[in-house]
Amino acid sequence: VTTDLALDGAPRKNGELVFDEPWQARAFGIAIAVTENRDLAWDDFRHHLMASVGDAPERPYWESWLAALETWLAEIEMVQQLAPPGATR
Amino acid sequence: VSFAGHHHPKPMSDLEARAAAIESLLVEKGVITSEQVDAVIEIFQKDLGPMNGATVVARAWVDPGYKQRLLSDGTAAIRELGFGGVEGENMRVLENTGAVHNVVVCTLCSCYPWPVLGLPPNWYKDFAYRSRMVREPRAVLAEMGLDLAEDIELRVWDSSAEIRYMVLPERPEGTGGLTEGELAQLVTRDGMVGVAAV
Repeated sequence: VTTDLALDGAPRKNGELVFDEPWQARAFGIAIAVTENRDLAWDDFRHHLMASVGDAPERPYWESWLAALETWLAEIEMVQQLAPPGATR
Repeated sequence: VSFAGHHHPKPMSDLEARAAAIESLLVEKGVITSEQVDAVIEIFQKDLGPMNGATVVARAWVDPGYKQRLLSDGTAAIRELGFGGVEGENMRVLENTGAVHNVVVCTLCSCYPWPVLGLPPNWYKDFAYRSRMVREPRAVLAEMGLDLAEDIELRVWDSSAEIRYMVLPERPEGTGGLTEGELAQLVTRDGMVGVAAV
């Protein structure tokens, strides 16, 4: 994890639990980790997230996140085999 | 997806299975490690959150020079206190006054200033909030418990583009004797999104 994301200091209270289920946290952490390791701009992923949310506005948020992760990774050719047919743009 | 014949104590949901498949493929390809994903989650659950924003707000309440810098260059002033990074590269701080109330929404997804507020709460990501806050903001605020007087100008800011917004709430009356640290305890996440008064 780069220092860009890390902050010093004692643990602080974080408002409320943001992940309802562990897979949501994994999907979140994967997007950040890939962005850091491949030195990508966060916007690359964010644009996929916007498209995914726009495709199904009432779908639960983390499901849209997961779908965005799949199309994004397919687009940057990291995990082609995960892309559902026709999902790449 | 059928898991007949598998031996999970509790069957994996389709969503769990998809997330796990992505992670194991990326690990296998050497793109990420699971420990790195653990570390990212840990940071967002422990180190990033509204207490950072509260620190910024309390400083602005006690230090007029800091407040001025915060309102003119939010990113730099927030960085002065050690907060910055992804989703906080282009910060704009909006001052609530007796005449103007600001509220923040992201109509297209969930853009939110992570370094100062952490990850957004569920309601912020809901379709209802994202769509209604621009159409009928006063009604939404009233439903969330904030009744704004008619003569207060309401400004709604959409974070979908490059800028991330944070609201600087008004300092509550009768807090003249409090220290900066005590003031920070009064500041809430909802106050910094603009859906509650402080």
